[in-house]
Amino acid sequence: MPLLACQIAPPPGLDHTHGFGNRAHGRKIAIQQSNQQNQDAPLLEVQGLTVFRGERLIFRNIGFVLPAGGALMVVGPNGAGKSTLLRVLAGLLRPVAGRFLWQGRDALTDPVQHARRVAYLGHADGVKPTLTAAENLRFFARIGKGSVEAALAAVGLAALRDLPARLLSAGQRRRLALARLVLSSAPLWLLDEPTLGLDQTAIALLGGLIAAHRAQGGAIIAATHLPLPLASAATLGL
Amino acid sequence: MIALAMLARETQLSFRHGADTLAAVLFFLLTGALFPLALGPSPEMLARFAPGIVWVAALLAALLPLDRLFGADFEDGSLDQLLLSGLPASGVALVKAAAHWLVTGLPLLVAAGPEAIMLRMPSDLLATLLAGLLIGTLALSLLGTAGAAIVLGARRGGVLLPLLVLPLATPILIFGAGAVEAGAAGLSPQPHLLLLGAILALALPLCPIAAGAALRAACE
Repeated sequence: MPLLACQIAPPPGLDHTHGFGNRAHGRKIAIQQSNQQNQDAPLLEVQGLTVFRGERLIFRNIGFVLPAGGALMVVGPNGAGKSTLLRVLAGLLRPVAGRFLWQGRDALTDPVQHARRVAYLGHADGVKPTLTAAENLRFFARIGKGSVEAALAAVGLAALRDLPARLLSAGQRRRLALARLVLSSAPLWLLDEPTLGLDQTAIALLGGLIAAHRAQGGAIIAATHLPLPLASAATLGL
Repeated sequence: MIALAMLARETQLSFRHGADTLAAVLFFLLTGALFPLALGPSPEMLARFAPGIVWVAALLAALLPLDRLFGADFEDGSLDQLLLSGLPASGVALVKAAAHWLVTGLPLLVAAGPEAIMLRMPSDLLATLLAGLLIGTLALSLLGTAGAAIVLGARRGGVLLPLLVLPLATPILIFGAGAVEAGAAGLSPQPHLLLLGAILALALPLCPIAAGAALRAACE
């Protein structure tokens, strides 16, 4: 595989083209600034990332730079390693070579610290069938310091808040997983096939949430096969 | 703070699956009720065997819910979210162990008294038995959590789990039952209880660390 390097376009700024953008109710994104680090360093810089799973090489020498407010679409055929890349960036999987820098400093020196910087939406929704929609979010509201009601409203599930999640449809469960992103104060969203099972309305909602997140200086990396409502996103082919 | 929020979530989930706790307690009581049928109803003999029976039954009953301790979270993607919640992996394991004790260990402790009386154990030994079980079930929850994390993702993990945990739990059984034996013989049970406490003190840091490493490996 060739060396991949791409420079992400600057953030679109306050983008009002997405009608739902301002429903993200004034969350504060916790981008930490410390005196020791370079203020000019990009939010995320990936250098020469190489990942094996078992004996198999998934990808090698992946590199890109993601500024605050940036968006990156990871595309590629099935099995190309899109999900693996997201799990590496979340800190769930260790790369065999290469590193990634958060604001100029190695992100994995403190994995617990790094976990607070990312909100990860995996293939599985992580929704508990026996808890209601609101109860599913309560834990994430407490660690992210958001409001359950506002998050449910943001994904259009306010009317279903007391319904056990096992009665929700696949798309509604995906919306519930998206509500977790709304509750998170993490600056980097890692989205693995975020539109899985979503209808057109929900995809538009997602576009609005993403635009609002980027306008506040957050960044997005999304692995997808389908076009996402992302303004000025760079593309990384695996 | 995160740990307390997670403990609240775990106990809420366990209350929704209340049948799991009930199954463990009923298993514990039924196992105990089988011994008089097999050994004969002689009160002297039952009283002699009662502490051992209660301990073995509690050990086996505590293992029952372990194979689902991480299994459901692993399959539905919640485990990834827990590992990214800002708690270290060992912290996640420690909260899981605490939740296991609250919903399995504590009910077993409550059921142990009636079971011991049912088996005609002298009532003056009850306090020693329960003191031993209190320390023992805590240590068992920690050991069991480590075992459950290690077999996570393995095929037939539910079968592997007792094979892994039971040998490690033998010291708990020996000192726990030994404390009551010592009390019955008119000796002080304190050395046995102190040794149980030493096992707990050893398991408290080691088991969450091992379980945390196993959870990280399972999520790779």
